Amino acid sequence: MSAPAPTSGKPSGSVADFELARALEVASTVPDPEVPCVTVADLGILRSVSRDETGRIVVRLTPTYSGCPAVIAIEMAVETALLSAGIDSTIERVISPPWTTDWITDEGREKLRTYGIAPPVGSSGGRRAFFAEDTVACPRCGSTDTAKVSEFGSTACKAHYRCNACAEPFDYFKCI
Amino acid sequence: MGAAAASAEATTVAAIVEIADDCLILGHRLSEWCGHAPILEEELALANMGLDLLGQARALYAHAGEIEGKGRSEDDFAFLRREREYRNCLLVERENRDFAHTMLRQLYFSAFMQPFWRTVAATSSDETLRGIAAKAEKEMAYHLRHAGEWVIRMGDGTEESARRMADAVIELHRYTGELFMASPARADAVAAKLLPDPESMRAEWDDTIATVFAAAKLTAPEIRVMQKGGRDGIHGEDMGHLLAELQFMQRAYPGQTW
Repeated sequence: MSAPAPTSGKPSGSVADFELARALEVASTVPDPEVPCVTVADLGILRSVSRDETGRIVVRLTPTYSGCPAVIAIEMAVETALLSAGIDSTIERVISPPWTTDWITDEGREKLRTYGIAPPVGSSGGRRAFFAEDTVACPRCGSTDTAKVSEFGSTACKAHYRCNACAEPFDYFKCI
Repeated sequence: MGAAAASAEATTVAAIVEIADDCLILGHRLSEWCGHAPILEEELALANMGLDLLGQARALYAHAGEIEGKGRSEDDFAFLRREREYRNCLLVERENRDFAHTMLRQLYFSAFMQPFWRTVAATSSDETLRGIAAKAEKEMAYHLRHAGEWVIRMGDGTEESARRMADAVIELHRYTGELFMASPARADAVAAKLLPDPESMRAEWDDTIATVFAAAKLTAPEIRVMQKGGRDGIHGEDMGHLLAELQFMQRAYPGQTW
């Protein structure tokens, strides 16, 4: 499934449309607090920027994991960024449809790799067998001779790996 | 609103709260490992799994509070009830004991919850529950794999790890029957197509446990009478100690908020 891009109304040149387009632009550039190399738009957690019936800007965000402690930080960061741009907004948390790593954009994946985090391999919903391992390429040297150190890593969304070729430890963005 | 409608709502709330209670209490048990896990990687794993469960509990309590419409927040459900009002199954409140007990408990629970959430996501009449379930199912698949791998490693491991795992099976297996029992509230929710019948998870659960136990060289004991009571609010002694810790802040500083 490709990432449904965050949407705004089609600009037709009015001040209100300009504000909406600006809100989308500002919200899209907010970095993830725990993985600051990517933005909320790169990760696919920014679902939409629109107006409600009263004309107020509404930003919809979706959490990565049910208990992700960064959810509130992300919501506050987006609200604050919009306020700094002079835009009042309401932040809504949507959980359906659930976020999947498939929504991370290609650009987001490349940014993760450059930052030293291996992006998720394949598409979500596959691996169920016990002791089955994904082939994860080292984000530093590209070798696929890597080993999982820990199923759970530094944040809820990452696992911990080590590269046997260049001996570097690295984070792997878990595929869900 | 008529009395019948009000009572249907109360049943729906009760059916959702008992699942939330399972998640909260097991999440709390996992959090007790913080600073005590056998290795750093498992410290992270246990905390992460606990966090997933707490997140699921929060979403479920918040949804129950909305349906109830009396202004109860997720915190009110989590912290301001008495022991008898918690309806979690006995399995999740059992003490951590050792790492073998903890991982086996996690396997038993996740092997039930993963198909459970998958079915809720596909069939529930409640859109919010479907959303919570679709997310929770992926998390439970991850927990199931992690716990299953540990049960296999320990069951088919050293003499000591195998002994501890066998002890855990003898201790905990009798608490698994309650997972499949429907409380009156659950039965109503099943009839209303809100939740699937827990009994319908049994074939998949049996299959998962049989697969893991075969690889782990473990044998499931024959249990003639399964332990139950949690869904009626009748808990073991462990639960009081757990709540004393869980509710400490609200008891020491009533009404405190973040």
